[in-house]
Amino acid sequence: MNYNFTSNYQAIVIGASAGGMDALRVILSSMPNDFPVPVIIVQHLSPDKPDHYLAEYLNNRCNLNVKEADEKESIEAGNVYIAPAAYHLLVETDRSFSLSVNDKIRFCRPSIDVLFESAAEAYSTELIGIILTGANSDGAEGLKTIKESGGLTVVQDPETAESNSMPRSAIEACDVDHILPLNEIPGLLLAATMNNQNRLTTVSRGSIRHANPEGGSDEDQI
Amino acid sequence: MRKTGTENLEISLLLDAILKQYGYDFRNYSQASFKRRIKAFLNKKGVDLISELIPRLIHDKKFFESLLHTLTITVTEMFRDPPVYKAIREHIVPVLRTYPFIRIWHAGCATGEEVYSMAILLEQEGLYERSQIYATDINSDSLDTAKHGTYPISAIKKYTSNYHNAGGDKPLSEYYHSDSNSIIMSSDLKKNILFSPHNLVTDSVFGEMHLIICRNVLIYFNRTLQDRVLNLFCDSLVRKGFLCLGDKESLRFSNIADKFVTVGSREKLYQTKPSTRSSHFEAGAGAILSIHETAGVNRRKSRSTQ
Repeated sequence: MNYNFTSNYQAIVIGASAGGMDALRVILSSMPNDFPVPVIIVQHLSPDKPDHYLAEYLNNRCNLNVKEADEKESIEAGNVYIAPAAYHLLVETDRSFSLSVNDKIRFCRPSIDVLFESAAEAYSTELIGIILTGANSDGAEGLKTIKESGGLTVVQDPETAESNSMPRSAIEACDVDHILPLNEIPGLLLAATMNNQNRLTTVSRGSIRHANPEGGSDEDQI
Repeated sequence: MRKTGTENLEISLLLDAILKQYGYDFRNYSQASFKRRIKAFLNKKGVDLISELIPRLIHDKKFFESLLHTLTITVTEMFRDPPVYKAIREHIVPVLRTYPFIRIWHAGCATGEEVYSMAILLEQEGLYERSQIYATDINSDSLDTAKHGTYPISAIKKYTSNYHNAGGDKPLSEYYHSDSNSIIMSSDLKKNILFSPHNLVTDSVFGEMHLIICRNVLIYFNRTLQDRVLNLFCDSLVRKGFLCLGDKESLRFSNIADKFVTVGSREKLYQTKPSTRSSHFEAGAGAILSIHETAGVNRRKSRSTQ
């Protein structure tokens, strides 16, 4: 698939519910360790799983640093942040996290809508929002907000999702930019962040060979 | 069409109006969650614009109180996060036992479930008779509920499960009676609890405490306000007094982290270092100011500067 992205994306938010643990593993295990953009995830969790279960599970299967989001923590590339169980995770406009224990939204806490809506305000056009497998409609409104704020919207193809109602609700709520089978999502994310400014500075230690039209080659140091 | 730019202006004007008219200062609350609550209130009242709230709250006190209620309501449950109560029994109770008289402050007690949980714990440890609990909150409706100690009967299964996981031995039902809809906490538990309004943003120290419990309140404040409140707590603790925060909160980013040692890192239990002394209290003297005097002092001050 050929993509032509010109935006400078600064964050990715992902919402998942039933079947999400596996879907997240597929996506995250494909990320290179210099992936230049932070990833923030709300996965609806079963209350009887021990603390940090999901973060540990994914951290063992991924090159990036997967951890639970801490309140007031600055959001930084190289990390994958998981919303803690039973709290809403919000993004502040200074691009740090805050938590709340307000009422459940659509019976969910953490709520995908709460993350997506606050992230849309903090990152606007520099945000990618992804809805994966799930059995409820959390995230549909949030994805719509991301689209309205000029961000990029992606939904897992309902045909390939373990539970298809969450992707379907998202597709009904907004004009999604990309509906993809799970295994094509990493490719899109890599393409979308290829031009990312951060990546340019992390690659700068090396050199770039240019083919010189007159033959031979030049070596440029950035 | 996004109207974020004007929304932020409207919120700034709203905060100013609330401060000047009623003396409540929300300027250092965490913005994202605060904004959500404002918008939920707009939806509930069928109001379109944030700035439309301003004339209404200025001229209609009941309207303001309804807004205040939305902005400050929090969620709680009995023996919330049971490992914390176990850790309190293990690390803090043995020290409390050494005092002839114990003062405990629940700051931000909401509807009181955790206050009654603490009262039950103290009773089971044989410490209740020599304890005084101060339970404070900014939200007067929550305080009313807390004073009555009446909770929906649908919650009792969760509360009982939490209670047992927290190490409770006697049946929880010994501490309440019930009717078809609710459980009502025993009046014996209420004897040594004083419920009072107190605003952590504007009010000051009112007494010297052996233990301060403040859980899932600081998450609603920005770092500046968190520091203000943590300093207030530090000034309100006896030498080697204890502080208990919410399980996702910590002293880590605060400017007084070095005044405390961590007693339980997972449970967010801290103790002031022997060298840490409250700037309010003379060594040895444990004065209790009237909580009603300190609450609202700054509110009256800010109104008079209009």
